[in-house]
Amino acid sequence: QVQLVVPMAVVFGPGSVPGDLPRPLPFRDVQEMEISVNLRTSVTSRYEMRYRSTTGQEEAALAAATAREADAALHPLQDTTLGSLTMYVVPETSSLLPQGINVYVGKHRSALVRAVGSLAALQARLREVTQLMSFTASAIAAALSDRVPDGRLSPDARRDLKSSLGYEITFSLLNPDPKSHTVDWDIEGAVNRYVKPVLDKLSLVANFSVDSQILYYAVLGVTPRYDKESSSFLLSAHSLPHVINPVEARLGSSAASLYPVLNFLLYVPERSHSPLYIQDKDGAPVSTNAFHSPRWGGIMVYNVEAPASPQASLPLHVDVDMARVMEVFLAQLRLLFGLSREEVPPDFLLEGPGNEGLADWELDHLLWAHTVENIATVSTTLTSLAQLLDKIGNIVIKDDVASEVYRAVASVQSAVTKLSLGHLHAAFQASKEAVTSSERAFFDPSLLHLLYFPDDQKFAIYIPLFLPMAVPILLSLAKIVRETRLRKKEPTKMD
Amino acid sequence: MAAAVPGASRARAAAALLLLLGCCGAALASGPQDQAEQFFRSGHTNNWAVLVCTSRFWFNYRHVANTLSVYRSVKRLGIPDSHIVLMLADDMACNPRNPKPATVFSHKNMELNVYGDDVEVDYRSYEVTVENFLRVLTGRIPPSTPRSKRLLSDDRSNILIYMTGHGGNGFLKFQDSEEITNVELADAFEQMWQKRRYNELLFIIDTCQGASMYERFYSPNIMALASSQVGEDSLSHQPDLGIGVHLMDRYTFYVLEFLEEIHPASQTNMNDLFQVCPKSLCVSTPGHRTDLFQRDPQKVLITDFFGSVRKVEITTETLSLHRDVAGFESKFPEEELATEPLKYAEQLPVAQIIHQKPKQKDWHPPGGFILGLWALIIMVFFKTYGIKHMKHVF
Repeated sequence: QVQLVVPMAVVFGPGSVPGDLPRPLPFRDVQEMEISVNLRTSVTSRYEMRYRSTTGQEEAALAAATAREADAALHPLQDTTLGSLTMYVVPETSSLLPQGINVYVGKHRSALVRAVGSLAALQARLREVTQLMSFTASAIAAALSDRVPDGRLSPDARRDLKSSLGYEITFSLLNPDPKSHTVDWDIEGAVNRYVKPVLDKLSLVANFSVDSQILYYAVLGVTPRYDKESSSFLLSAHSLPHVINPVEARLGSSAASLYPVLNFLLYVPERSHSPLYIQDKDGAPVSTNAFHSPRWGGIMVYNVEAPASPQASLPLHVDVDMARVMEVFLAQLRLLFGLSREEVPPDFLLEGPGNEGLADWELDHLLWAHTVENIATVSTTLTSLAQLLDKIGNIVIKDDVASEVYRAVASVQSAVTKLSLGHLHAAFQASKEAVTSSERAFFDPSLLHLLYFPDDQKFAIYIPLFLPMAVPILLSLAKIVRETRLRKKEPTKMD
Repeated sequence: MAAAVPGASRARAAAALLLLLGCCGAALASGPQDQAEQFFRSGHTNNWAVLVCTSRFWFNYRHVANTLSVYRSVKRLGIPDSHIVLMLADDMACNPRNPKPATVFSHKNMELNVYGDDVEVDYRSYEVTVENFLRVLTGRIPPSTPRSKRLLSDDRSNILIYMTGHGGNGFLKFQDSEEITNVELADAFEQMWQKRRYNELLFIIDTCQGASMYERFYSPNIMALASSQVGEDSLSHQPDLGIGVHLMDRYTFYVLEFLEEIHPASQTNMNDLFQVCPKSLCVSTPGHRTDLFQRDPQKVLITDFFGSVRKVEITTETLSLHRDVAGFESKFPEEELATEPLKYAEQLPVAQIIHQKPKQKDWHPPGGFILGLWALIIMVFFKTYGIKHMKHVF
C-alpha cells in the first residue's frame, strides 16, 4: 500500500557511457522492488532514474584532483531536495577514485561510481549504492518492526531509537572522587561548538533539548579488576551491563519532559582506580574507552594522567579535553540513531561527515525510516481505537477527539501520497502531524472504558431495585386487562 | 575399628567424587558464558515495575509489607525509582496504632524495616483507585500528571506488575470501595499491547483466588503467577505479637526468600520461580500461566523482569571533528519575552471564608424518568382500585 519513491539522476561523465544503452541519452527508467513485511503488509520501493550526460560545469567539476574536491564542486550543481540522489558515473580508468575503490559516497546526496562494461552491471552497482544511501529492506522491516511476525526479526533489529517528536539529551559528568580531582569541563562551549551543528542538522527530524549536570560521589556499580601487566584497572565486557543501574538512580532523568532521554555520561575514575580501561570480549582494551546501551545513551571513561610528581597537592585540577569527548559522544549518538549500522561493501569509500555529524544522505535515511514508522504507528493506533470502540459501545467520543481522528486520517493519507510522489520532506512532516493527532486521540483521558457502565452492571444494579416495585404494577396491569375483557363480553351476555 | 576402615574408604570415595565434580564444574564454566549471550536475546532494553497494594486500614498491614518488600527487591536488583510506579495506601507507617512509628516490618521480631527513607510512593492513599490504575496502564492520563506518575514504557520494555490485597473469584477489591474485574484487567492489557506499551509482561498477584484474575488474559507475551487457585484462600504468614497484626502473606514471603538469593548477574530462570512456595509451605496452591508467552520459561531470566540488566555495546568508532571551530552562532536569536512582574493575588480573608453561609442548592423538579415512573404507578393504582379512592389520598 505504501510506495516509497526515490527520484534519482544518473549522470554519465565523458567516456563512461556503456555500450548497450537501450535508448540514446537522456532517458528515464523506473525500477520497482517489493519489500514484504508480513502477509498483508508490503512496501514497494520505486527508483525513478533519469539518465543523462554531464553538462559543461559538471565536467569541469569532475576534472578535479580528488574525489572530495569533485564532490564539493558538484554540490551546488545538484538537485538537493530531500530524498533525491545523484550518481555520477566516471570512466573505468578514471583516477578520481582511488585504486580498488569503485564507489565514493559523498557528504551530500551524491556518489561517484566507476563505470562498468554493461548497463546491467552498472545498474546492479547503482542499486547497491542507492540502497545504502536511501533505505534497505532491513531498515524498512526494522521500522515496521511491530508488524513483522516474531522470529523473523532478530532481537537486535529493534534497538534504534523510536521515532519521536523530540529527544532530550543530557550530558553528565560523574566525579566519584572530588577530593582527588577537581574536574572542569566547558560543556557549554563544547555544546555550542560541536553538538549544536549536529542537532541543527537533525532538527528536521525532531526537536532536541540539551542539558548537563555534574554528579559528585557517583560510583559505578562494579569494582574494576587490577591488571598487573598493564598496571591499570580493567572493566570486563560482561560487567558493563551492571554499571548503568546504580548511576541511573542518581541521574534524575528529566522530571520535566516526556520525550525519550539520551544520557551521555563522562566518568572520571577515582585516583585509587586510575587508569581505568574497558575491555572488550577478547580482552583487549577499547580504544575509545566508551560503551553505549541502545535506547539509553552512552558512557565514556576519561582517565586523568598521573601527576608528574607523586607529591603533587590534591585535589588535582583536570581540564577535560571536550573535543575528544565529543567525538565519542557524537559517534554514540549516531549509533543510537542507527546511522552507522549498515554493512558497507569493501569497494565503497564513505566520506566522513565531519563537524556536521551526519551526511545529507544519512539524514534522508533517518527520514525514510521514521516516515514509514510513523505511518505504520498511525494506522495501528487508529485501527486499535476503532476496535476499542466496536468492543465497548458505550464510550462517548468527544468532538475534539473526533476532529483529531479526522486530522490524523487526512495527514496519513497525504503522507502516503507525498511519498508516492517522492517529496520526502513533506511526507515526513505530514506523518509527524498524523502521529501527533492519533496519539492525542488515542490517549485522550476521556476514553477510559471504566467510566461507562457495562451492560451486566446495569442489570445488576437496577433489577433488585425495580423488580419488587414492578410486581404490584404488573399485577394491577393484568387485573385491568382482565376487567376490560370481561366488560367487553358482558353486553353480549345482557342481550 | 571395623567401622573406621569403611569410613576411611568412604571418605576417599567422596573425595574422588568431589574431584570429579570439580573438573566437571570447570568444564561447564565456559558454558554459562555462552548461555549468557543467549539469554541476552530477550530483546528488551528497559524495565518497569508497577506495584499495587489495594488495601488500606491497619489490619491489612501485611499487604503494604508485601508490596514494599517487592519494591525493595526490585530496587536492589537495579530498577530505578523513575521506572517504578508504586501505589500504596501508605497509612501504616504513621498509623496511630503502629507501636513503632515510621516503620513497616516484614519479618517478625522486627528484623527488616522495609519502609526506610527512600521509599518513593507515586500514588498514595485515596489516589489508589481502579481508575488511576487503569489510567497508568493504558496511558490515558491527564496532561497535568507529573512524570513520576506515568508509565512511560515503550515496545522494548519488560513490565512487572505486582498486585496484592483482598480478592475474589474474578475481581480484586480496591480500598474497600470499588473493585476491578478480570475482564477489565485483560482489556487494559490488550490496550497496552495494541499500543505496544510492553515487550513482555509478568503479572504476579497475591490475593485469595488469585488465579481467577489471570484467566481472561488474551494478549500475547504475558506470563502470570498467582498465589492461589480459584476457590482457595491465600493465607498470611506470621503475626508479630509486638505489632499485633500479620506481617506478610505466605506466597510473597517465600517469593522474597527466593529473590534474596538473586543478584543482578544471576542466571536463575522462571521455572525456579514457579516452584516457589509449594502447597506444604503455602497451604494454597500457587498457579501460573505461560501459554501466552512466546519464549520458553526455562530461558527467561528472573532479572529480565525483576532487575534491569541493560544490553550494552562497546563503542568502536569515533567521529572525527575539526578542533578549531568557532563558537556556533545560533541562527535564531532567542527573543526576550516581555513578562509582567508577578503579583501576589488578592485572596479572600480567612474569616470571611469560614463564616460564609452554605450556598443554597437550587431546587430542580424531578427529571423525566422519575416523573414517568410515578405517573405510571399512580395511574395504575387508580385504574385498578377506582377513582373513588382519590378523595382519601388528597
